[in-house]
Amino acid sequence: MGSKDSEFDCNETLHRLYTYLDGELTEERREEIKRHLDDCPPCFEAFDFEAELRSVIAHRCKDHVPDSLRKRVENALMEEVKKND
Amino acid sequence: MADRAAFTDLAMEHMPALYTAALRMTRNPADAEDLVQETFLKAYRAFDRFEEGTNLKAWLYKILTNTFINSYRASKRRPEKADVEDVEDLYLYHRLDGLQTAGTGRSAEEELFDHLTDDDVKQAIESLPESFRIAVLLADVEGFSYKEIADITEVPIGTVMSRIHRGRRALQKALAGTSVAEGLVGTAEPGH
Repeated sequence: MGSKDSEFDCNETLHRLYTYLDGELTEERREEIKRHLDDCPPCFEAFDFEAELRSVIAHRCKDHVPDSLRKRVENALMEEVKKND
Repeated sequence: MADRAAFTDLAMEHMPALYTAALRMTRNPADAEDLVQETFLKAYRAFDRFEEGTNLKAWLYKILTNTFINSYRASKRRPEKADVEDVEDLYLYHRLDGLQTAGTGRSAEEELFDHLTDDDVKQAIESLPESFRIAVLLADVEGFSYKEIADITEVPIGTVMSRIHRGRRALQKALAGTSVAEGLVGTAEPGH
């Protein structure tokens, strides 16, 4: 494979990295990108960083529901049920 | 047709995720609590129109998002800046790639993931303009598909993709501005 081809593959892979991570590519594209990531350590490193960052964002963004809110909503729903009885 | 009596049991398990989303949307605990309560009441009243077997979580998010856009945003005094500065793909990665922390020899990426706090991440998300914030939240925190996000936010799928991608780049820019990331860029040394 010439250097021009592999450069194209890197650009293409990085361009589609987020869509790949989102699981929103066709099976064929997925396979192409997966193959490229397996063979290209620099692209794999970028992919690995983005995947880890995504997981960090999801995990560090959780909030504990205050008990008072849970009670408030349960009471409000009970009132609704009574209204409809 | 769904049975209203089953509503509380089915819907309450989604409250933590809905409350988290409400907090990021309103950026204010008191408004977030009101928004969640209103969402649950509206959902309860409309539950006989919910199609059993379809995605209850997505349906609840749709009510939450609509209620936020129609009631809570409208109460804000000034309209929000609707756009984000366009930055390159992989913005954060490119700033940290190849750096090692002075002394420890660990990569800047590892250091960042270890030291980024919950508040850093929450504030970075909350710094995004509303439409980008909602798209990124639904995709990256809640894991909805493009199609589900298009359905929840009632915008075409192409717009959803553009908001997610541009929102993520802006989020990376915001994360690069956290003190931990700036510290790494400022003190790290080239590693390879």
